[in-house]
Amino acid sequence: MADDNTRQQLFTMSAFAENAVGVLNQVTAIYTRRCINIESITASACSIPGVSKFTITSHSDRASMEKVVRQIEKRIDVIKAFLYTDDDIVYQEVALYKVPTDRLIGEKHLEWIIRRHSARILEITPEYTVIEKTGHRDETESLFEALKRYDIRQFARSGRVTITKDPTEYVTQLLEEREKELK
Amino acid sequence: MNNQQITGAQALIRSLIAEGVDRVFGYPGGAIMPVYDALYDCTDQLEHILVRHEQGAAHAAEGYARVTRRPGVVIVTSGPGATNIITGLSDALMDSTPMVVITGQVASGMLGSEAFQETDVVAITLPITKWACQIRRPEDIPSMVARAFYIASTGRPGPVVLDIAKDAQIGMMTWKDYEKCDYIRSYNPSPRLSSEKIEAAAAIISEAERPLIIAGHGVLISGAEKALRDLAEKTGAPVAATLLGLSSMPSDHPLYRGMLGMHGNVAPNYLTNRADVIIGVGLRFDDRVTSMLANYAPQARIVHIDIEASEENRNVRSECFIHGDARQVLEAIVPLVSQASHPEWLSLFGQCDAIEKKTVIDPEVNPTGGGLIKMGEVVNLVSEVFHDRAIVVTDVGQNQMFAARYSRFTMPRSMVTSGGLGTMGFGLPAAIGAKMGEPERDVVLFVGDGGLQMTMQELGTIMQYHVNIKIILLNNNFLGNVRQWQAMFFNDRFSQTPMINPDFIAIAAAYGIAGENVATRGELDGAIDRMARHPGSYIINVSIDATDMIFPMIAPGHAVDDILLTQHTTFTL
Repeated sequence: MADDNTRQQLFTMSAFAENAVGVLNQVTAIYTRRCINIESITASACSIPGVSKFTITSHSDRASMEKVVRQIEKRIDVIKAFLYTDDDIVYQEVALYKVPTDRLIGEKHLEWIIRRHSARILEITPEYTVIEKTGHRDETESLFEALKRYDIRQFARSGRVTITKDPTEYVTQLLEEREKELK
Repeated sequence: MNNQQITGAQALIRSLIAEGVDRVFGYPGGAIMPVYDALYDCTDQLEHILVRHEQGAAHAAEGYARVTRRPGVVIVTSGPGATNIITGLSDALMDSTPMVVITGQVASGMLGSEAFQETDVVAITLPITKWACQIRRPEDIPSMVARAFYIASTGRPGPVVLDIAKDAQIGMMTWKDYEKCDYIRSYNPSPRLSSEKIEAAAAIISEAERPLIIAGHGVLISGAEKALRDLAEKTGAPVAATLLGLSSMPSDHPLYRGMLGMHGNVAPNYLTNRADVIIGVGLRFDDRVTSMLANYAPQARIVHIDIEASEENRNVRSECFIHGDARQVLEAIVPLVSQASHPEWLSLFGQCDAIEKKTVIDPEVNPTGGGLIKMGEVVNLVSEVFHDRAIVVTDVGQNQMFAARYSRFTMPRSMVTSGGLGTMGFGLPAAIGAKMGEPERDVVLFVGDGGLQMTMQELGTIMQYHVNIKIILLNNNFLGNVRQWQAMFFNDRFSQTPMINPDFIAIAAAYGIAGENVATRGELDGAIDRMARHPGSYIINVSIDATDMIFPMIAPGHAVDDILLTQHTTFTL
């Protein structure tokens, strides 16, 4: 246990918060204060009206991250925050690659790469082609490596989107309980 | 008044009055002028205290809040007005002090343009407030004020900032009946108590043979003084207070065994590492209480009660953490614990006390063989003359530690000090606020020559509002606490700590404040008596021994039971 508390690993923090100005600032400030670098971040509206979900990955140890999560939850506008390791969640990232179309047409091998990586083509123009790959970091990375020699003009990668494996929907439950208390 | 068309500024004033505010501390300026104009018509309901610097307003509001348990309210302008209250916000956050701060802001159309006196106040203040928000529309003002008061005063209290753009102050809105806020779905300040946790805590406490109760600020904030005493008396457990928990139990109660911390009493610090059960009530186990964390009470089972869920295992790992209001939790626990007494355990406290009295307290309070005046004897005499009933306000440093150690308390909420942030300059304005909050009580301020000069301009506020506070200036012409560390850890290299000081009595006199210099022991009694009998503010400038050090001391990096009684002697039982 002590080992797990101090071992450096990748953590995913998911916070549910009111969709209001400056809430994301409050969340990231807690990382800044403890000098924990944010590896990736995703912020968008979730299925509950008026609620945003922030998903932040960072390398740290469990003891520090548990404190980070509590400090995040302490913020008035944050409803609930959770800490996960990769085993707890189903997660994906999306990556976009822009390559010159003449290379794509000229070289058969490229088509094979796209198929093998289960990537897809989003847009083709005479000048460029945009390829999309959804997967884990190592998968988008591996496609990047494979496409490298075809002259990648642009590359962009999102942060994580996550779904928990836990059958309980804590945030929905919590909000329902809070609404009941109000009545 | 309903459905009337009024300006945002008028709505702000009405909202403050509706929240029960009758006094605000502030300073006008460009971006807040509409609010000051609206205030002009309402000074019969809302008294405004014009400070001399915005930092003074923040600390005065803190002093006011600490003695009344109601939010202190501050109104300042944008830019420099707002940045001058940063220290006060940070101080209030760490010391759980409810405060609502209104800052003016440039008109919303000019935001982000580096307009005159524009500062990004919300971004600056978010990390040092419980909540901060910008208002750009007049119709949002009442509901945001309601939210601000709810957040500031519930749960673990703290400071809140409302940054109001000038056009929102000027714009018209329709006034509706003011609605107080008592619900925010993402914020639950009154958690339901867990009966399993209460039972578990009661069982741990009942099994204790050497229990120790630690009373933190939460006891005073939640009004748990009686429940605390009930728990102590039923379980026979000794009680120690943190610096901010002082006065939660009367100093002369047989189970009250002194203050914890770096310069706390020997018995509770030392015996922390002998206790088998520690019951921490409303404290965050900060590093001044725990000293070296790794060696803090490794043998003890810890029951930790706090209103802030994030305090669970934040510093000290507890066997049982109860998330809740200290008073509610204690009232639930008391009926479940067994009646007990622990005479042998208490006699250990007596043994420690005797050693501390002989080696530290007696030489400080009753010095023999002449020499300069000591800080401890001054505090002891002041406490005596005011019958241990005054509100004690301190600045930060040796004056603070001597005031905390040698003042005796008979009533709760009698100690106002900057604990977490350790803000020099806090004392004088906080004393002004405390007196305004509790006008019937005597307010005494212990302050050093360094700290007094940080906010000395507030003597002007005392003059303007005829505030009656008793200032005891412990003057060693040195930054004494830093000097002590230089003597102990930096080979007597007194880098930038000696001070050439002005004639403080002449300065006070310029503000119409009476006072006198005290240079010798023989003058002390008479001076304190004259101060107590004087109808207004009074200052005594006491020349004290610059080499006087505050002991006992747990040096940084040492364990709670590794206590220095003097610079060169360590406590042993």
